[in-house]
Amino acid sequence: MFRFANPARFMRFSAAILPWCAGATALLLAAGLVLALFVSPPDYQQGEAVRIMYVHVPAAYLASLAYAVVAVASAVSLIWRHPLADIAAQEAAPLGAGFTLICLISGSLWGEPMWGTWWVWDARLTSVLVLFFLYLGYIALVHAFDDPTRGARAGAILALVGVVNLPIIKFSVDWWSTLHQPESIFRLGGPTIAAAMLWPLAVMALGFTLFFVTLLLVRMRSRLLAAKIRALRLVG
Amino acid sequence: MSGFLRLVRRDLRLALRQGGDAAMVLAFFLLTVALFPFGVGPEPEVLRRIAAGTVWVTALLAALLSLERLFLADYEDGSLEALVLMPLPLEIQVLAKALAHWLTTGLPLTVVAPLLALLLHLDRSGYGALVIGMALGTPTLSLIGAVGAALTLGARRGGVLLSLLVLPLYIPVLIFGVGAVEAQIIGVSARPHLLLLVALLLAAIPLAPVAAAAALRQAVE
Amino acid sequence: MADETRAAFAGSDLACRRGERLIFAGLDFALPARGVLLLRGPNGSGKSSLLRLMAGLSPPEAGVISWNGDGIFDDAGAHRARLHFIGHSDAIKPTLNVLETLSFWAEMRGSGAAVPAALTHFRLSRLALLPCRFLSAGERKRLALARLIASPATLWLLDEPTTSLDAAGTEDLLRAITAHRAAGGRVVIASHGPLSLENAMTLALDDYTPRARAIAA
Repeated sequence: MFRFANPARFMRFSAAILPWCAGATALLLAAGLVLALFVSPPDYQQGEAVRIMYVHVPAAYLASLAYAVVAVASAVSLIWRHPLADIAAQEAAPLGAGFTLICLISGSLWGEPMWGTWWVWDARLTSVLVLFFLYLGYIALVHAFDDPTRGARAGAILALVGVVNLPIIKFSVDWWSTLHQPESIFRLGGPTIAAAMLWPLAVMALGFTLFFVTLLLVRMRSRLLAAKIRALRLVG
Repeated sequence: MSGFLRLVRRDLRLALRQGGDAAMVLAFFLLTVALFPFGVGPEPEVLRRIAAGTVWVTALLAALLSLERLFLADYEDGSLEALVLMPLPLEIQVLAKALAHWLTTGLPLTVVAPLLALLLHLDRSGYGALVIGMALGTPTLSLIGAVGAALTLGARRGGVLLSLLVLPLYIPVLIFGVGAVEAQIIGVSARPHLLLLVALLLAAIPLAPVAAAAALRQAVE
Repeated sequence: MADETRAAFAGSDLACRRGERLIFAGLDFALPARGVLLLRGPNGSGKSSLLRLMAGLSPPEAGVISWNGDGIFDDAGAHRARLHFIGHSDAIKPTLNVLETLSFWAEMRGSGAAVPAALTHFRLSRLALLPCRFLSAGERKRLALARLIASPATLWLLDEPTTSLDAAGTEDLLRAITAHRAAGGRVVIASHGPLSLENAMTLALDDYTPRARAIAA
């Protein structure tokens, strides 16, 4: 399980796959953008504005995926006290927060032509907003201690607390939203999507995922290298 | 007397002697609620519409005020280290301290809430759901808050950080608490909302102490 | 107690890390019943850290501390019940009085029956009803040490226990330690100052300080 968990081995492994990840990311995002902007049809209701979906939905998906990465890495760090897991969790969190922000902003941009307002307290958007707050709390907590080990531990516990709470928050926000918006309004990224839109969406989602993996590897490598430099300074 | 009750009694005694904590929380509650008429205007119709939400949101903030002190004093004077080394499991101790916090914060807030709802012209039928909801919801706030307080021990800007961590987790309690009052007012049963508040409490009682105890152990490590 | 005097309290191949710094490594100790172990070494050599490892407050980076062959984390509750740890901070609340403070800590460990004896031993009886905010530094230290007698525990872990104690206070502490040893107890003391204790073993922590390899890979 920990074949790549040794920092030196991780450096070798990540150096080997990083160019492939970066290359595939560039290809997929380029192809996805062409598909999304030119090939896929405009929506009969929403017109060209539907194309925002090709950024919004993958960003929403990555916002959750990144939180899952943070949570799993945190669990590994708490159970096996593995330093690499700490680094993975801490480096994934700002990326997740970034995707969450992209999701919120694109949702707001999409909402303007749809609802005539920049923000609607729609159940999905509200849940994403709360997720954004959870990311912010995690990042702030990790950096709030003079001793980085304490920050890492506290952050790991918080990430797991967040995992338990996220479904509860999601459920309560959905509940709240149905209480206050009984009229069925248009939901962003609703479940019915035409096949012609599904393909570009899948390509974009895969591109976003690889983009996340690439960035995560780069960030983890920088962290390890920075630690090495610090160690050499201490010895020298 | 069990160690659990001893710890509750000691925390209550400290709260009474140090004095003012509970009174301060109530004063904050009252003052903040009293700000709303200045913000939205004194028309009874407007106030009635926002009464339940205002009382609940303000109660959340008030409960947050005294949270920072929950473990901080013990952490700073070495008591926490000694408590961690007591035979009584740390999870039970967290439960005891959360109970003491609720008795000095959540309970007074619950008692005063109808008074503040009166100032905001809350519909007469909503009072029962407000008080029952707060009695069921505020213990959950103390428990979740205990996790946040334990996590931020020794952190820079602990107080602000604590609010950032805890407030998003308070959202479900707020939703069901306000939902209960509004359901009652429009003549629907408040039961589902209240039962959901009970469910939250029943989940928090075993889970929050585990997380808080883990955080406390790493804080004294 | 008869069973406990035969138990072995020992640590083997212990290492301790603070942040990225390895403080000591390859450290062994064994402490029989009636024994005293003095931890010596300059600042930063890890005396307090070793005491905290012994208390089970933090896990060692490497190695095992065991009581009668079982690691102390195997049954953490039993280990907590058998030890007193008196650290730098004295766990005293300014608004509680001396008697309330001592009774609370003793009762949390089971029984406050020995509280009067503990107050007498450390000459605190006269101050029993005084709120702790009026205590001097030396009196606070005596109150913290009185926890040792107020509830029984076989293993005493003391971090700089003579700080701010006067000659009489130190004498009280030494008498308590002597009585504790006679009853089969064990004591570990981290201390800079000289302490006149019979047959005390000494552990010099700077012998275990790693040099160039002090850094994480």
